[in-house]
Amino acid sequence: MTTLLLDAEALYGDLLKGVRRLLLPDTALVGIWSGGAWLAERLAADLQLSAGVISSSLHRDDFGSKGMSASADHTKLPFDVNGRPILLIDDVLYTGRTTRAVINELFDFGRPASVTLAVLVDRGGRELPIEPAFSAARVTLAHEQKLRLARDDQGRFSFDVKDDAHAE
Amino acid sequence: MLSKRNPQLNKHGELIHLLSIEGLPQAIIHQILDTAGTFLSVNDREVKKVPLLRGKSVFNLFFENSTRTRTTFEIAAKRLSADVLNLDIARSSTAKGETLLDTVANLSAMHADMFVVRHSESGAPYLIAQHCAPHVHVVNAGDGRHAHPTQGLLDMYTIRHFKKDFKNLTVAIVGDIVHSRVARSDIHALNILGVPEIRAVGPKTLVPGDLREMGVRVCHDMAEGIRDADVIIMLRLQNERMSGAMLPSAGEFFKNFGLTPEKLQLAKPDAIVMHPGPINRGVEIASDVADGKQSVILPQVTFGIAVRMAVMSILAGNEA
Repeated sequence: MTTLLLDAEALYGDLLKGVRRLLLPDTALVGIWSGGAWLAERLAADLQLSAGVISSSLHRDDFGSKGMSASADHTKLPFDVNGRPILLIDDVLYTGRTTRAVINELFDFGRPASVTLAVLVDRGGRELPIEPAFSAARVTLAHEQKLRLARDDQGRFSFDVKDDAHAE
Repeated sequence: MLSKRNPQLNKHGELIHLLSIEGLPQAIIHQILDTAGTFLSVNDREVKKVPLLRGKSVFNLFFENSTRTRTTFEIAAKRLSADVLNLDIARSSTAKGETLLDTVANLSAMHADMFVVRHSESGAPYLIAQHCAPHVHVVNAGDGRHAHPTQGLLDMYTIRHFKKDFKNLTVAIVGDIVHSRVARSDIHALNILGVPEIRAVGPKTLVPGDLREMGVRVCHDMAEGIRDADVIIMLRLQNERMSGAMLPSAGEFFKNFGLTPEKLQLAKPDAIVMHPGPINRGVEIASDVADGKQSVILPQVTFGIAVRMAVMSILAGNEA
């Protein structure tokens, strides 16, 4: 399985370089809960930037079939979104539906100057016209495989691949 | 299985109607309170609206008047982007002789997705839940003396907000317990959440001894009832009770069971004072207490909207 060879820590190094090139003077990082939020937290520390967390739960298009997520994750943006260049960070980009939902969520807080997206892994399979400005890796996975970022007690990243009949 | 399935839950154990707090799993109560926390933060946004119930119709069916509860449900539904219809049933269909189930059948034919029901008869929301179309969700907004589950949940949210935890708490509910659906819902919720000491405080006519069966300590003495309490929930003294033989007079009630600053000192120094509203100043609560720093009566109202948003969005996301 090629997917198991994904070295999340090495890819993080590439993401850090990629994100550095995307920065504008006033850029704020916004990590998509949960994997993207971990990445944004570490990037913010490494790059001395402010970072927020954003959740897709209030704008999901599968609410009707999946219902309200039980987790109390909620968006925390400790800065004014108005006029700010926003760099969204996610661990895995797949259909693009989560990205669409968090862009809507972001606009509930104001009108950012721009919104860009950087991801650790792009696994293809897009169902919406959304493309990242940077991805550290591209992989192809079967639909039923679920790829998620995991973080251990020391804060080190790894990838978790699961076969899931209900993969998003 | 001997026990009948809880009509509020689907076969996966998910909430599809909110009819009573009695019998709800603790996990569902926590899910509602956690979700309410998410919605509370929506108030801080530029856009104070989320699209979860977009395209859904919520019908407020108030067979008994209640401006305040109806308004908070309406605000909650609108913040979730639902279309809201307020039906003053008491003055229309019922007055013309239509039965409850015929009214519901007609409204279902208008493509309602959710009914918020207030009725003077205990059990009316159950009857509606049993007879409405499978995609329709029912929220009990108060039925007779039976239950007022969203008030109970918002009270729990308030307690959790200020006290963080339900362990080790002493909660005193003061006033007309026997006629109060709020008290009943609070007592069920406090029991499910594991509050070790729940006290029902009031005169014998309003707090009968058989309330002990609900797992409460009955106190007919105010000082005993609120001593060292962490939370005091004052109930409204309903004027209609005064006309019967229930109470000698409002003045007499205030003297014995009204919450004054002096009596409040018997409770813990950080005790909070709650009231479901509307308050009767000088009848069950002194103005100094209602407006005092231990009063959380107005935060209760704010939390109530978030809790009702949580209930409606959780129900709408679950299928029968």
